[in-house]
This record gives sequence, C-alpha cells and structure tokens, in this order.
Amino acid sequence: MRIPVLFLSATLTVAISGTAEAFCGFYVARADTNLYNQASQVVLVRDQNRTVVTMANDFQGAVTDFAVVVPVPTFIEREQINVADNALIDHLDAYTAPRLVEYHDPDPCSRHELYSKRAMNDAPSTTLELRNVARSQALGVTIEASYTVGEYDILILSAAESGGLIRWLTENDYNIPTGAEKVVASYLRQDMRFFVAKVNLQEQSKLGYARLRPLQVAYESNRFMLPIRLGTLNAKGKQELYVYTLTRTGRVESTNYRTVKLPSDNEIPEFVQAEFGDFYRAMFVQETRRENERAVFLEYAWDMTWCDPCAADPLSSDELRRLGVFWIGGKGSDNVPSGAQDAFVTRLHVSYDSKHFPEDLVFQETGDRQNYQGRYVIRRPWKGATSCDASAYLAATRERQEREAQTLARLTGWDIAAIRAKIPYVGGSAAEPDGAPWWKRIWQ
Amino acid sequence: MDRRLNTLDPRYYQIAVLSSLLCFGIFVLDFGIRGYNAIAIILTTQCVQFLGTRWAGLDRFDPLSAMITSLSLTLLLRTDLVLLAILAACIAIGSKFLLRCNGKHIFNPANIALVSLMFGSDQAWVSSGQWGSTTVGAFALVCLGLVVLTRARRTETTFAFLTAYALLLLGRALWLGDPLGIPLHQLQNGALLIFAFFMISDPKTTPNSAAARLVYGALVACIAYTIQFVFYTPNGPIIALMLAAPLVPLFDLAMNGRIYRWQQQQGVS
Repeated sequence: MRIPVLFLSATLTVAISGTAEAFCGFYVARADTNLYNQASQVVLVRDQNRTVVTMANDFQGAVTDFAVVVPVPTFIEREQINVADNALIDHLDAYTAPRLVEYHDPDPCSRHELYSKRAMNDAPSTTLELRNVARSQALGVTIEASYTVGEYDILILSAAESGGLIRWLTENDYNIPTGAEKVVASYLRQDMRFFVAKVNLQEQSKLGYARLRPLQVAYESNRFMLPIRLGTLNAKGKQELYVYTLTRTGRVESTNYRTVKLPSDNEIPEFVQAEFGDFYRAMFVQETRRENERAVFLEYAWDMTWCDPCAADPLSSDELRRLGVFWIGGKGSDNVPSGAQDAFVTRLHVSYDSKHFPEDLVFQETGDRQNYQGRYVIRRPWKGATSCDASAYLAATRERQEREAQTLARLTGWDIAAIRAKIPYVGGSAAEPDGAPWWKRIWQ
Repeated sequence: MDRRLNTLDPRYYQIAVLSSLLCFGIFVLDFGIRGYNAIAIILTTQCVQFLGTRWAGLDRFDPLSAMITSLSLTLLLRTDLVLLAILAACIAIGSKFLLRCNGKHIFNPANIALVSLMFGSDQAWVSSGQWGSTTVGAFALVCLGLVVLTRARRTETTFAFLTAYALLLLGRALWLGDPLGIPLHQLQNGALLIFAFFMISDPKTTPNSAAARLVYGALVACIAYTIQFVFYTPNGPIIALMLAAPLVPLFDLAMNGRIYRWQQQQGVS
C-alpha cells in the first residue's frame, strides 16, 4: 500500500470557554487552529543562525499510513531530533489565537457614560530497515543516518539526483505526488537533505501515545525559511499553514511576501459569539482576496511575559524550553520567575497554493516589539430596568448596533440584511435608528 | 516649457516620485511607517546638511539631495526608536561631508545609514517584502517614467544592475530546474526597485566613466546575489552597494570620466 506523504503536515476549532477580566475586555472565545480541517502548524525558534523547528501533526488516519518528508538545510544528527508533546503546540495555539472579547454597558441611569475604550497594542510498517542500502546505492540515494526517536523511525537522505530519490521513496511505499521530482531536484541542488519519518508501531505501542506527537529538529543554518513547495503539489486546493515563531528581539515577517496585520479591535454584533469560527474564516477569506491571495497574515505578536485579554496563560519557561527556546531555562535557571520570559511570539497564518506562492517562505526577525493581537469586541447593551429617561442611550445604542452590522458586513462579505435580522435592536426591531433618512435602505 | 523641463534639476522629479511612493506606502499598503520617524529624519537631514555646509565653508545650502536621502530612508528604514531614525539621518548626511575621495563622497548616504543601523543595532530593519508583488508593475512604470523625464542621465548603473541581477536569478532558476515564476516573483519587489532607481543610481557615488558604471552595476548585482543566495542573508543589494562603494575611486582612477554636477549645483550634494 502507498502511504500518502505529508509535507508540512498539520490542522484549525472554536473553543468557547470561560471568561476572565482584563483591560482589553472580557475574553469570551477564540479562533484557534481547529477552525480548519487541514492545517499545518510549525513552530520556529530562532536566534542568530540557530533554529529549532517543531512540526505538529494533524494526521487523522491510521498511523501505519503516516509519513513525512521534509527538506532540511543541513545533515541532522540523532541528538538534534526530539519528539515533543502535542500539549505544547495546543497551548501556544490557544495563547496566540485571535480572540473575541465583550464589554457590558453600565446602567445608563446610574452613570451617564458609556464605557471608556482603552487603546490596545494581542509507513506501513515499523522500522525503516536498512535492507535497502544496496538498492539505495544503486539509485544514487545515500541514507546518511537512520534513527528511532520516540514513536518515529527517521532517515536522513541525500541523493545524487532527484530521479533516484523519487524512485527510492516510491519503492519504499511513499506516495509521492506528480511533479515532485523537479522540486526535489531543486532542493538537492541547494544542498538540502531530506528528513523522512514513519511511525514505528512497536515503539508507539510501548509508549502508548494515541495521537502522533510533533517532531522537533534543531540545526544551524543561515536560512530562515520554511519549504512549502512540496506541500503545494498535493493539489487539494489551498493549504492552511500556521507559523509560530519564538525569537529574542522582536516580530518575525516574511521577506519575500507581504506580511499584513489582520483587522483588529473591531466592534461586531453580539450574535457573532455563537459563530465566531464562521466569522473568522469569512473575514480571513475576504482579507486574503483583498491582498490578491499573496499575503502572509499576522495574527499575533506579543512579548511572552503577559497577555490582555488572555485567551490562555502565557507559556511557562519549562514549556518554552521544551519547544526549543534554548536561551531560556536549562540548568541553574530554575528560579527564573514564570512570566519573565525573554521570548517574543509571532503567529503567522497563510493560505497558500503554488500559483500565488511560487517560492518557499523566507523570514527575517525584526526589531519590532509592538504588541498586536487579532481582537474583536462585542458590547452588551444594558438590559436591566431603568429609572430615568433612557431614550438618548437607546438611540446611541441602536446607532452603535447598526455600525456593528456594517462593520461585520464589510469584514466578512455577509449580507447586511441577514446580519440585521439577527441583531436584537434595543427598543424595537427596526434596523435603522429613529430618524434615519428613508433613502438609506433603498439599495442595500 | 520643454526647455524649462530640460533645465530643471532632475532631483525635483525624484522628490516628487519618492513622495508619491511614500504616500502610496502609508495610505494604501499600510507599511507601518511611523510618522514621527519620518518627521525626525526629514528635519535631521536638513539640519546636518546645513551644519555640514557651514563646516565645509560652501557658498550655498542645497536641501534637495538631503531631501532625497530623507525620503529614501523613510521608505526603507523601519525602527520603533526615533533616536535610531535621527542617528540614521546623521550618519547619512554626515558621511557625505566626512567620507570623501577625489571630490566625491564614497557612500550613498541612505545606503551607509541603512547598513550601519542594520548591523549596529537589532532595533532597525528593512522590510523588503512589504511592497508586495501586485503593485510593482505600476511602480516600475513610475520609475521608468523618471528615467525618461531625467533624460536617462547616468542610468547605466541602474540598468546594468537590474539586467545582471535578473540574469543571475534566471540562471539560478534554470540551474535548479525551478519554474520561471520564481525569479519573476523575486524581481517583483518594490524595495529592489527603490534600490535600483534611487540608490545605486546616485550619480555622485557611481564611477565617472560610462563603461565603468556598467561594470560597477553588474558587480553590485553579483555581490548582492552572493549575499542573498549563497549566504542566505536578506537585503543583499543594500549590503552589496556598501561593500562595492569603496571601489568607485579605483574605477575613477582606472577609467577617465567627468564628475557629475547637478544643475545649479555648487555645494556637497
């Protein structure tokens, strides 16, 4: 049986969870990576030319069908490979996910003011036997190393030419998509190796992990990039990719594609809380189109010391260390207080295909430490009894609700009439504030 | 009218084009250019130009070249610290008065400031990807328009650089077996065009002889390619120009040519 190969494997959920008070609103929901059925998640830890890459698996089939082929810029020794916990990536995803927050209007009669807005900165079988050494030599493929790490069997391959490598992979039951040979040839000419992993069933049952854990590789290279070209060959439409970077100095951006901040701090209608995932996906599609489908989107850039509002707690120094942040923690640093992390996290989201993203993603670390978060706000009108004439408050609130409807329509491309129908306008069902000109609704 | 256009200092066109690009970057592409940095850079370059003029004992204060330098710096330099922006402006204009050889300054002012800050501080960077690739066509037309308007004065360096760089990228793609969409994408870069039309083209820091300018443009392209695709370091062209600039006096020594003068030019610009 042929094993479908994941090149940059990975997957996105809307978790609705409890509330927590913060200056930037009460956190009510987040749009994390479970929003999409198929999405890759990669964590890149980088300082100078030292890199630790963690590749998360969203693989949902039988583990015997799992294989991953990743181009790597250098030879990789056994000690440079590790298997991490899924919980680490889940936590990083939750911490950095775009978030929905809420504010409650105060009683308009007790305090004649609305809230004050604070400005914000948020393989079919087991062991990959070496029985193939002779055959691989015949094909010009060199198995530079073979390791078993955790539940994975890993090979580091180099080759004299791509045809031999493709034949070797095919003969070893890897299902390589059409067109891969040219891309593989390009990587080989750039002196890159291939990191090939399959699941070792024996080890997996011994370890007892049901869900495949993320693979980690540490290496030194000037190349701060992510090879995405092989991933575009599967031709299943666009691929969703999340890149989290953990750096020392500041935000990370792409040097060969535009990096764009998603709209943030927008006030949107209350009903979006129940469909925050749909809202986020629709907005992302709109923004992608606005950028001619060629942009990398910034969803979060924040100093790891804090968050406001927190979609999840910041990662501890131990978690960061396990993600590969090598300058934090370690021996003799047990007393580092949690929260005082020398790490800046950037969350990038890209929806790519070969037409709009012809070359691999190349990154650079910038000196920008300004905090940014994808944050969306719902404001709850006062619903209690009023002991005074609240007509001015009601009129202002209806105007605000209308503004929120228009914002939502602009961000998502949703039909304004359908949006208005879902909004419980205060003081009645009319969508327009009292006194609005009659012609405002003719052509909408 | 045509005669007036011919005699008008080409730097007015450059200022007009760079200002338009700046407005486009701020209002359409949302570059993240900080307004206070832009003001600090423009004011500082003019102040240092004024002081330098007095220090060098020149007859006339010439604000035009300093304005071009400040616009190039504003377009390319990114930093959160206004002090670094001010420092960049000081380095840029200061280098014109202090680092000189054979009556010419050695480094392009904006270039030496960018490279000094990129390597001297981790708080300054150049966002080469922020121009995107879709608006680059219009951008290129504007740049070419500039060449036509300025009657192609000393543009050999620009075209030698762009041709050599394009050929190197094309050659790399052919060698790797990559689709041609890749070198095309690499060339569709706004920062590359700003570099080619407003930095390497600076007639005051390029060789005097036309043949030497062709060689010089191609040499910068080779160094830029090596930095970008052999050492995998971003901003190859900007670093390459800084490395190649000290060779200009040697080119001038080996190949004769006329020192460039802006119209009405009397000072250091």
